[in-house]
Amino acid sequence: MKIRKGWKWFILPMVVALLVATFLLVGCSSGSLGTITENGSTTVQPLAEKLAGAFKAKNPDVNVVIQGGGSAVGIKSVNDGTVDIGAASRELTASDPTLVKHLLARDGIAIIVHPSNTVTNLTKDQVIAIFSGNITNWSQVGGPNKAIDVVAREEGSGTRAAFQDLVMGTTLVKADAILQSSNGALKIAVSNDPQAVGFLSIGYIDSSVKALAMNGVPATEENAKNGTYPIVRPLYFLTKTQPTGILKDFIDFCTGPDGQKVVAEEGFITIE
Amino acid sequence: MSRYFIDRNAKYLVLACASISFIILAAIAIFTLREALPAFQHVGFIQLIFGTTWRPTIGQFGILPMIIGSIAVTLGAMILAIPLGLGCAVLLAEVAPHRVRQFLRPAVEILVGIPSVVYGLIGILLIVPLIRHIGGSGYSVAAGALVLTAMVLPTIISISEDSIRAVPRRYKEGALALGATHWQTIWHVLIPAARSGITAGIILGMGRAIGEAMAMIMVTGNAVQIPTSPLDPTRTLAGGIAVEINYASGLHQSALFAIGVVLFILILAINSIAILAIRRGRRVQDVG
Repeated sequence: MKIRKGWKWFILPMVVALLVATFLLVGCSSGSLGTITENGSTTVQPLAEKLAGAFKAKNPDVNVVIQGGGSAVGIKSVNDGTVDIGAASRELTASDPTLVKHLLARDGIAIIVHPSNTVTNLTKDQVIAIFSGNITNWSQVGGPNKAIDVVAREEGSGTRAAFQDLVMGTTLVKADAILQSSNGALKIAVSNDPQAVGFLSIGYIDSSVKALAMNGVPATEENAKNGTYPIVRPLYFLTKTQPTGILKDFIDFCTGPDGQKVVAEEGFITIE
Repeated sequence: MSRYFIDRNAKYLVLACASISFIILAAIAIFTLREALPAFQHVGFIQLIFGTTWRPTIGQFGILPMIIGSIAVTLGAMILAIPLGLGCAVLLAEVAPHRVRQFLRPAVEILVGIPSVVYGLIGILLIVPLIRHIGGSGYSVAAGALVLTAMVLPTIISISEDSIRAVPRRYKEGALALGATHWQTIWHVLIPAARSGITAGIILGMGRAIGEAMAMIMVTGNAVQIPTSPLDPTRTLAGGIAVEINYASGLHQSALFAIGVVLFILILAINSIAILAIRRGRRVQDVG
């Protein structure tokens, strides 16, 4: 076999290859009847999964798919049209696209440390100083003489944005903080490191980490509900337009008495 | 269908298949460059590549800490993996008894195929707590380098061993006949003769190390800062893209594509050096 020289013999194989590639791509299309897709905030994710389960029990012909990714992923995905519902764990700002907000629940953010840490309370100023890197040793806040390992969330996290807004204010989290990409990953990181400190959704707290009181107020769901613990943010289901059909049914279920019962069971604050 | 018809036209089918891979490569390069262009225009080439602050929420896009982070973990991995890999290759090719090799070689080949997430998991469970005992939080350049060493070692071992085995017998026989000891033969004759293949294996490993995202996200701590010690957390280029691409939009997304361009150039450079090393080695070997 000899391949003759000349540009003509180069064009033909290229055309064939392009045609094959095009045919392969054309097959990708999505169509759904009876499927609701959701993604976004990892704070909302376990709650959304329980809500989806409860909704499917009453409506077995509807499929509800729940994913995570962080609040910024949820906002972007629902705006791009890749999912039906985007979950966010913070207020929308002027730089966010315009979306329809459905308030699902409220949730507090607690400062967490390893269970062996002797510190039990921090003032808000101490929290700001620790996360900005001005306080670097636990002994400076009444703990053991060990360096503080600051663990934070990735920049797209709604929990981080709410923490920045409600606690840090204009002070930035220090640049060399360890970043984890979900509530779950952050909890694991803090539970494995006796010197770590992080911020976590109160709904995620269990015996593997210890929640600190802030300014003397313990970080519990009751205190977040009655307003004595001030670090509280809304949890939203966002849709691009006003929902209709099964999407409306699902959202009405979540914001109605059945859904709110699930919200309370999961450790979040119900909407009034 | 006459066999002459098939003979005349099969070459076009085969050429089309080869063209698909070329088209994919060109498409990747063109698409990445096009998406990265806004970042280069609005942030500026110098500020983007050499800036030291990466805070997308306030519009700061400086990639330098991630470039240094990638180079640091890759260099650390190479410093550990090259002597270990070469030593193991020499063991498998020249020193080990047949039964040991029968057991070790398949083990190495299985390691090549293990997905990087698994290496990352082992990093989180074993390596990070170990380094925490030495200092810092455990999420560090050192952790990244150790995980990368584990990933790169099987590649270096298998390619280096094949290269050493491929050295013509007459080299070894000639050296031994002249009175050299076995080790002198290995060190002064076999390894230099296998030099090009060993270099290719090392550079292939380096390419895998620089492009590794998943495992690095899990063990380096993802802090965008220039590391001043192996115990400091850092972020790699590939890890930096993967952590933020899902939610980035606008200029932020364009800056992530710019990181992709930097990675693309780095890997192209590494692979070009590999091709040159192989070609040079072949010429030298033909003369012998």
